[in-house]
Amino acid sequence: MGLEAALPVDNILTTQLNRVINWARRSAVWPMPFATACCGIELMATASSRFDLARFGAEVFRFSPRQADLLIVAGRVSIKMLPVLQRIYVQMTEPKWVISMGACASTGGVFDTYAVVQGIDQFIPVDVYVPGCPPRPEMLIEGVMAIQRIIDNENIPYDGDGKRLPLEVAVTPTYEPAAQPVDVTVGAS
Amino acid sequence: MATPVLDHPDLPRLKAAFPDVKFLASEYRGQTTVVVPADALHRVMRLLHDDPACNYDFLSDVTAADYLGYPSRTPGRFAVVYLLLSTNHGRRLTIKTYLDPSVDTLGNELDPALIVPSVTDIWPGAEWREREVFDMYGIQFRDHPDHRRILTWETYPAFPLRKDYPLRGRGERERYRVMPRDAR
Ligand code: SF4
Repeated sequence: MGLEAALPVDNILTTQLNRVINWARRSAVWPMPFATACCGIELMATASSRFDLARFGAEVFRFSPRQADLLIVAGRVSIKMLPVLQRIYVQMTEPKWVISMGACASTGGVFDTYAVVQGIDQFIPVDVYVPGCPPRPEMLIEGVMAIQRIIDNENIPYDGDGKRLPLEVAVTPTYEPAAQPVDVTVGAS
Repeated sequence: MATPVLDHPDLPRLKAAFPDVKFLASEYRGQTTVVVPADALHRVMRLLHDDPACNYDFLSDVTAADYLGYPSRTPGRFAVVYLLLSTNHGRRLTIKTYLDPSVDTLGNELDPALIVPSVTDIWPGAEWREREVFDMYGIQFRDHPDHRRILTWETYPAFPLRKDYPLRGRGERERYRVMPRDAR
């Protein structure tokens, strides 16, 4: 941090508590990769040595939502997958942020069909959209840095703008289909 | 249009083995398709698999097509398509069965007319393929060991690859609970 030069001899530095906490949070963003399609490959490239997301403190990919604070949705989300995505979002511990990576996650992309959700922001909160098909790793890194800038502006305790209130919602889809008979074996005696 | 060359070696065998069945055959660029009536399908498949001269030991795929609005006339609206391969003889053969729906195709009711015998007893690998055809077209397979949808969920309100189902669906992709950050 270059702080050492500013430290007085008795090694005490005064600052604001939220600066320290935000500094800790921004420097160790642990992403949860929700990679469902081709964008996931670029997400992996971002973490690998050529682009090295570790330079920004976000290289520890956690495949458990309980251990992550940044959800990176990389790829199209089908309607069957959406309840899973919502559940993973709810399972992440606060505070948490969401990157919607690529055209598909943000808008459905070219997949304007019955099976693909047309933008995850219709169903979960999104902080940063990373455009591209797929976005270059530099673009995703810029997205992570945008998350860091958002973190820098957080207040502790939260300033009541509704951003960081805990979620108390159910994850069941509201979808109510017509009943369909589901015979396990048709025509067997 | 070139006239089809119906020189597939298994066509005479089929004809000889099933004199009572009316086959239709076509050929396009060396690929032969035989249209089999649904009631004869299982017998024909059994012969194609078991007869050492045919010996279609590998079922590449089971799929279907919806010919609604097709420019030329077809023997039925839906076709179930079986792609067979004989690894011993190095031959391929496509078998088609046409079906016509008897109830409204817009919904997800099971149509008693859209049913063909399952070939899972001949090629066990047909199981998931037939489930996919059922899921997408609502064509049922008699005596299938595990007759459920495979890609969409059990209560999906349509069979989405039917041509009268809109490409963008009928609201399935929109109807979820929104999860705002400040939900309380
Ligand atoms: S935005 Fe492009 S690269 Fe990313 S998931 Fe969609 S199609 Fe694939």
